[in-house]
This record gives sequence, structure tokens and C-alpha cells, in this order.
Amino acid sequence: MIIINLIGILMLGGTAAWIGSRFHPHAARSISLVSVSLAFLLILGYLANNLSTIGVTSPGAWLEEVRFSWIPAFGISVHFAMDGLSLVMILLTLFLGVLSVLVSWKEITDRKGFYYFNLLWILAGIIGVFTALDLFLFYFFWEIMLIPMYFLIGIWGHEKRVYAAYKFFIYTQASGLLMFLAILSLYFIHGRNTGIYSFDYTDLLGTQFDPKTGLLLMGGFLMAFSVKLPVVPLHNWLPDAHTQAPTAGSLILAGLLLKTGAYGIIRFAIPLFPQAAHTFAPAGMILGAIGIIYGAKLAFSQTDLKRLVAYTSVSHMGFVMLGVFAFNQLAYQGVVMQMVTHGISTGALFILVGFMYERAHTRDINSFGGLWATVPKLASMMLIFALASLGLPGLGNFIAEFLVLSGSFQANMIITAIASIGLVLGTVYSLRIFQRVFQGPKNKEWNFSDLSWREVIIIGSLVMVILWLGLYPQPVMDAVKPVITAVLGNL
Amino acid sequence: MMRYLWLVPVMPLLGFLVLAFFGRNLRKSIITLIGTGTVGLSALLVILIGIEFLTSPPAGNAFTLKLWTWMSSGGLSPSIAFYLDGLSLAFIFVVTFVGFLIHVYSSEYMRDDEGFARFLAFMNLFVSAMLILVLADNLALMYLGWEGVGLCSFLLIGFWYKESANAAAARKAFIVTRVGDTAMALGLFLLITEFNTLDIRSILETAPAHWTPGSAKVVWIAFLLLGGAVGKSAQLPLQTWLPDAMAGPSPVSALIHAATMVTAGVYLIARNHVVFELAPIAMKTVAIVGASTLLIAGFAAVVQYDIKRVLAYSTISQIGYMFLALGVGAWSAGIFHFMIHAFFKALLFLGAGAVIHALHHEQNIFKMGGLRKEMPVIFWTFLAGSGALAALPLVTAGFYSKDAILWYSWSSEKGSLFLWAAAFLGAFITSIYTFRMVFITFWGKMKTHIHLRPGRAMLIPLVVLAVLSIIGGFLETPHNLGHITLFSGMLSGVLPEVHILHSGAESTELILQVLTALTGFFGIYLAWHFWMKKPGFLFRLKQTRAGAALHHWWLTGWGFDWVYDLLIIRPFTWLSNINKNDIVDYISIAPSNLVVWLHNLTRRSQNGNLRWYAAGIALGLIITLTIALFL
Repeated sequence: MIIINLIGILMLGGTAAWIGSRFHPHAARSISLVSVSLAFLLILGYLANNLSTIGVTSPGAWLEEVRFSWIPAFGISVHFAMDGLSLVMILLTLFLGVLSVLVSWKEITDRKGFYYFNLLWILAGIIGVFTALDLFLFYFFWEIMLIPMYFLIGIWGHEKRVYAAYKFFIYTQASGLLMFLAILSLYFIHGRNTGIYSFDYTDLLGTQFDPKTGLLLMGGFLMAFSVKLPVVPLHNWLPDAHTQAPTAGSLILAGLLLKTGAYGIIRFAIPLFPQAAHTFAPAGMILGAIGIIYGAKLAFSQTDLKRLVAYTSVSHMGFVMLGVFAFNQLAYQGVVMQMVTHGISTGALFILVGFMYERAHTRDINSFGGLWATVPKLASMMLIFALASLGLPGLGNFIAEFLVLSGSFQANMIITAIASIGLVLGTVYSLRIFQRVFQGPKNKEWNFSDLSWREVIIIGSLVMVILWLGLYPQPVMDAVKPVITAVLGNL
Repeated sequence: MMRYLWLVPVMPLLGFLVLAFFGRNLRKSIITLIGTGTVGLSALLVILIGIEFLTSPPAGNAFTLKLWTWMSSGGLSPSIAFYLDGLSLAFIFVVTFVGFLIHVYSSEYMRDDEGFARFLAFMNLFVSAMLILVLADNLALMYLGWEGVGLCSFLLIGFWYKESANAAAARKAFIVTRVGDTAMALGLFLLITEFNTLDIRSILETAPAHWTPGSAKVVWIAFLLLGGAVGKSAQLPLQTWLPDAMAGPSPVSALIHAATMVTAGVYLIARNHVVFELAPIAMKTVAIVGASTLLIAGFAAVVQYDIKRVLAYSTISQIGYMFLALGVGAWSAGIFHFMIHAFFKALLFLGAGAVIHALHHEQNIFKMGGLRKEMPVIFWTFLAGSGALAALPLVTAGFYSKDAILWYSWSSEKGSLFLWAAAFLGAFITSIYTFRMVFITFWGKMKTHIHLRPGRAMLIPLVVLAVLSIIGGFLETPHNLGHITLFSGMLSGVLPEVHILHSGAESTELILQVLTALTGFFGIYLAWHFWMKKPGFLFRLKQTRAGAALHHWWLTGWGFDWVYDLLIIRPFTWLSNINKNDIVDYISIAPSNLVVWLHNLTRRSQNGNLRWYAAGIALGLIITLTIALFL
């Protein structure tokens, strides 16, 4: 039931926020904060109660499952289930969800009610994606995250928001349609083979195809997920969307939406089409390596801080692609760690850039410089997350990259060796972020104030998490271990 | 005592945290107390642990302290665990003890800087990371320390961050070493593939049975680890960052870029000696890298103006000696030279810092001069350090540590005449550039007025280090000079003995010693002759075209920067500039551009003029009819 509760709280909270804003200008944000926090506390409570069982569930078993019929004629049901992977992703979603409300606190002044409605519905959609096991339902939630996000970018974004919103929408929608076609074909092939017409994941697992069909159908799924992840060369919506979105939008895009792509690959694309996945694996790894290097190179070229951070995501998500197609325990643990730690670290970078934008009203990296002494707290925080982004050991991202690379190295040494160049390039762009803004001569006399208490709490909590994940990542790794064992076992 | 081993790195870490969070609100005396006190306590603890370790050694001559499992997946489970043996003991002693002296010195040197707390915070963080590096019981944790010291090096080189040159030097150091680190990381991945563990002990134990000597995998691993080592230790071909790293404050150069961090590569190789011994070609490469680096850096040092750059090149050169020692299998000789070098090079950097401080941030030795009488303590301690660097026979520690390397580079079964000749020539050049620096700085006329004299907190560390630079050598002396083996005795369980090829060649050893000693003195004489007595000759030489070219070539460190700039940096920045807007984006928006273009094209037909429409209808009719009739 907890899954339904979470989604329900967020959807109701969002609606209530919209309605509430008609009565009091600040009602929307308070209602949102309360409902997201409530959902977060709920899942934390769940975690506390089940701490001992999460890591020891048998592979493929669900921690929570609800299922009731929806459109029985077509074999569509409302089927949610949660395992360690979903749980970790839900925790991340709600943690970043609380922060996304907090960063919007002062930034959003216009049409607040509708804003928070969209924000909460995106979160609801994401949780739906992380738990839906009926493919029809999954597609439904896939769309639910998309449309409010389109509004979020298009209405509250920056100067080129409409262009960015369209681009985001077209990319996601077009690729989503391909996935939908693949889902339908899967539905019919499975129906014809067995006589059972069902959209249910558990039914569809193990469907047999001739290799070509399998590859084609996996391609449909992979298309949608690769756009979301994103995989070079399908990444072009990302820099625009991330740059133009309001801070909370960028936080959710980078922190969560991209992860739905990774999640989709692990949960659906590979288990449903194991043979095709094997065929595709070398290409997948190469695409990953290309993404790592190409994204890093582009990040280095940018002068818009937000765009720079956006391209780092392209690079970091390359590690996911690389690891996912390495098919071993180490790489998969690394992929999940990368999903979590990238959510934290890039989310934090977007928040920090947002803070700077609120102060300076510019994102141009060349207009800053030498600001360390002016805003020491902001500078230290930026340093910590720049270091996380370059993979400094002790911070969470290192664990992720280390595991991904050591796993993928066993699968393919040469591709991994090339991908490792990303470690050097990551250093180059990360240092550039920090040094251009906070070191060197001052380009302009800014009258900045350092972080406020609200801002310190937001960033401080992210620092704690990234340190914890860097020094003691075992709880997360234990939680997803059964899931990984199950996925790899089916290959 | 040994179960408190974890406190050794944690103490300075606490210092860092306190200073980082509250440093700006604390009084300077409190900051000093925290910054130096935590390292001091660590040093004290190390001494107590060391005494216990040496007097009542633990089982197997090693002690492991596991704190927690870092990450565990698929059988690979590196821990946060510390490992103490003779080798790590030598390193933690140098790191904490020399580190403490440098912190004391900094408490005066940096006191008036606005970033005093930040400085000591970073220094504390560095000491902590360095201790983790050398105490790590597995390579993953070592990598944490490895990157941690790199970070602190970055932060401290760029400590005066408002100058873009300093920020650039910091960036360069981080990125160049990161290139090596990436090679090292690949080495770790390969080790994981082979053993599914990064535990140093078990790798070293299983390696000989796992690989036949010289097999491809072990050679690859050794070379990849060597990549990490040459990056951190500023050896060929990744040495270029170290001279620029002198942009940091002098205590940073002393601590990080002379005594401790730059020798991490030496530690890495010594720690994994079994792997290297199984890869003879890698061993040979280590020796050749060491020999060529020590020569190249030595020549570059001869022409530098900046006192810190002289010392930087000298550091590169001296680490070259350590690599040479490792490469010929003289493991403990390499580590011994590390320790002695830490003493005298820290001393020289701190002395240079005191001079720079006194002369209003003047770093050009040709604007110094005549300081012998004015700053006697600095002079005498600096002289002691220089003597050790130039390895003056019998009375300096540098003689004993370097003599062993020279001897083994010839006599070891992995040694050769060429390696010995390189080391011998290097020793000659060392004495030239060292005493060139000493003469120009301390003799002659005063050229810059002394504006501030060092106080006790700066002088005491100098004196202590000077004493160590003299007497430290008596821990380990050659066969024919007492044959004391206290230091190598401590390492004997960890590192193998060197295999001597030329047994019974003690007369040769004596001849070589005397020869080296004589050339050392000859070098000093040449330095005196060319830079003090008859400076005109070199001046005229520099006027000739060839002389000027050579001078410039050495001054810029043999042009490595130029080559890297041409081959790597420019193509990369060029590529990123032309593709700033992401060519893929143009392709992806091409369909929409096409639609817009078609739209604009066809829009023109919809212009509201009746004649155009009529003409259009007529034209369309004709075309349709034509198609219908003739096709």
C-alpha cells in the first residue's frame, strides 16, 4: 500500500496546493512542503521498519506489491511493486523532492499554485515509473512525468524556455511512442505465443522472439530510455532543458528524470530482451564511452554555468550506459551508485548555480572570478561538488565510477580504458567550474551575500549524503544486491 | 599503543574540520594551536607506536587495524583498514615528524596572511590524506589517500588564488597527476580482474604463484602502476607540473612538493615490489626513468634563477635517484634516500622560504647575495642542507643515502655501468647547481635589503632539520664505513635484499666512493669558479647563439611544456572551441529547420494576389493534364 499512499499524497498534495494558492499566496509552497515531507517521512518510516529484511530478500522477490485489475479486457492492471532498487530510487526522489520545494521557496513568484501542482505531479509520476510493473501503467506514468515538466520548463524557465520545452517534449514524446509501439508488439507477440494477453511485466518476462524481432523491440524501449538517460547522440534536448528550467526543474531533470532512463534499461530493456541485450552489449558500451568523452569535452567548452553542468550529466550518464552493458555485479552496483550519487552531486551543482543566478542574474562563467573570499561558504560547497563530479575518493561518485569501471573492465578492457580518459576530462571541466568562478582575478565587483540558513540546510544535507555514500555506501549496495542478482541471473 | 593507530590520520583530520568550520572566527593563537597541535600529537603517537613496534614487534612484523568495510560487491570488498609495517612506519614517521616541523614553521611564516586558518586547514588535511595513503592496507584506500593528497596539493599550490598564474599552476598539477592516476586506476582494475581483491598483502602473496615472471598481465599492471608513480613523483614524462607548483607558499613546497607527497610514487612501487620484480622490463624502465629524470632535471636546475625552481628541479632529480634505486632492486636504499631527502629538502625549502620572506618576496637568486653574515642561522642550516644534497662525504646524511644508490646501480644484478654513470654524472651536476645557489645567495654583495628577520618558530625547525641532515645518515652506512644497518634492518621483513652481482668488490666500492667524493668537490669548485670568481665566461657563453638556445632550453625544463601544449592542449581547446555548440545539435534540429525553410518557401505563394492564384491554378491544370495525357 505504501506505493499507492506515496503517489496519492503527492497527487493530492499538488492539487491541494493549486487550490490553496487561491486563498493565500504562500499556501502552495507550504502545502507542497508538508505533503512531500510527509511522503518522505513515510518512506523513511518504512525503511526503518524493514531495515533488516531489505538486503536479504531473495533475488527477484518484491518488498511490497499491490495489484488490482484496471481494464481486464486488455489485460491491463494496476500493478505496483517495489524492490531494493525501487526503494533506493524512491528515497532519492523524495529527498530531492523536498529540496526541490525548498529551492523554489523564493525563486518562484509567479503562478505559484500551478507551479507546485506540476512539481508534485512530476514527483508522483517518477515514483510511478519506479514502481509500475504493468507496462501500460508504466507508460502512463512515463507520460505523467513528461507533461508537467513541459509546463515547468515552458512557463517558469529562463529566456529560451519555450524552445527548450518544445525540444524536450518532442524528444521524449517521439521516443516514448517508439517504446509504446514496442510495448504493444510485445503484448501481441506474447499473446499469440501463449494465449494470455497481458501487459504485466511478470507475465511478459521470458517471452521468446526470433533474434531480429527481439532486437527491434528492445530498440524501441532503448530509444525511450536512451533519450532520457541520455545517450549521445540523443542528448540534445538535455542541455537546453536543463539550462532553461527553473532551479527545481533542473534539479529534478538531472537528479531524477535521467535516472528513469537508467532504471528502465535495468528493469525492462535488459530483462525482457536478454538475448538482444547481449547482441547489443558491445555497441552499448561503445556508446557509453562516447558519451563520457563527448559530454566531458562539451562541458569544457561551455560558458553558461548551467549548460556546463548539464553537459557533465551527459558525461556521467555515459558511465551508466557503459556499466549496464557490462553485465556483471560490480558494474551494476556501480550503475546504481552512479544513479544515486549523480542525482545528489549534479542536483547540488544545479542548486548552487541557481543560488548564484539568484544573486548575479547571470550564468556567464566569464563574468565571475575571485569570489572565494566574498562567498566562502558558497565556494566551499561548489568545491565539494566539483570534486564529487570529478570522482574524488571519499565522495559518493567515486564509488560509482570505480565500480562501473572495474566491472566494465572485466567485460571489455579496451572500451573501458578509453572511457577512463573521462576521469581526466572530468578533472578538467570540474576544476574549470571552480576556478573560473572563485579563483583568479575578479572580473566584476559583485555584491554577493553568502549562503542563508535555508540554503545552508539544503546544500548541507546534500554534502552529508554524498560523504556518507562515499565512505559507507554498503547499505545502498546491499539493498540493490538481490535485484542485481535477479537481473543478471536471467541473462 | 598500536590500536590507536587510527588516531594518527584522524587527528589532523579533526584539525582540518575544526579549522574549516570555525577557522575564520578563531584567534590566531588558537588556530596555531589546533593546526600544529594536531600534527604534533600525531607525531608523538607515531613515535610511541614506533617504539612499541620496534621493541616488541607484533606477529609477522606487521599490524592491521580494520575499521569498517568500505564497499563490498561480488567478492571485492576493500576496507577502511590500516596496515603498519617497517615501510609504512618509516613513511608515517617522516610525514608526521617533518610535517610537524613544517607546521611550526608555517605558524610564523603564514601568520599575517589573511587565509591563515585556511592554510593550516589544508595542511592538516594533507597530512591526514598522506597518512592514509601510506597506511592503507588495500589499494583502493591507498587511492583515496593518493587523490586526497593531490587535492590538497591543488588547493595549496593555488593558495594565493587571486593570481591567475597560481590557479593555473594548481590546475596543471592536478590534471597532469590525474593522467598518471588514471593509469594507476586502470592498473587497479586489471588487478581486480586478476585477483578480485585489492588487498595488498594477498596480492603480493599470491602473485608469484599466479604469474610467471614477465607474463603480459603482470607487465601491464606494473607499467600502469608506474604511470601513477611517475605522475605523483614528477618523473619523466609527467614531471612538468612540479616546477610550476612552486607557486604555492614555501612551507607547501617543503611539505608536499619535497618531503612527502612527491615520494608517494616511490612508496607505491616499493609497496608493490613483488609485482615489479615479476615484470623485469618494468623494473628496468623504473631504473631508466629514474636515471634519465635525474639527469634532465639536474641540467635544468643549473640554469634556473628562481631559488624555488632550483630546488624543484633538484627534487625531481633526487626522486630520480630513488626511482633508480628501486629499479635496480635496491629497495631499502631508495626508501632510505627518501627519508634523508625529506630532511634536507624540507630544510632547503624552509630556508629558501625564510630568505624569500626576509627579502620581500624576492625569489631571484641573482637579486639576493651576501646573506651569509646577515642571516647566520639561515646560512649555516642552509649550508648543512646543501651539503647533504650535494652528498659531501662522511659528514652529511645525503652522502650515505646517495652513496648506497650509486653503489647498487652498478653492483646490483639489475644494475649496469650506464646507470652508474648517469647517477655519477648526476651527482656531479647536483654539487654544481647546489653550490651555485649557495654561493650566489649567501656570498657576494647584498642586493636586496632585509626587511624582516625570521623568529624562533621558523628557526627551530631549521636547526632540527639541519641536525637530521647531518646525523640521519648514520642509521645506515656502507660496508667499509662501519656497516650500520639500522634502517634496512627495519625494512628487512618488508622489502627484499638487493642481489649483488659483483661480490667481493669492496675495493671497487671504495674507489667509486672516492671518485664520487672528488667529483663532488670538483663541482663545488666549478660553481665557485664560474659564478663567483669569473662570471664573465658564462655571460659570454650566453651571448652566443648556441649558448642562448641551450640556456633557454634548460631554463624551460627541456621544452616538455611546449610539446604538451602543441600536442595535447591546443588540439583539445581548438576542438572544444569549434564544437562549442555541439555539432550533433545541428543535425538534430535539421529536420525542424527544413520544415521552417519549406514553410517560408511555400508561404510566398500565399500572398493574397488574385493573379498569382489564377496563374497557379492554370499552371497546376497544365501540369496535371500533361501528366494524364502523356504518362
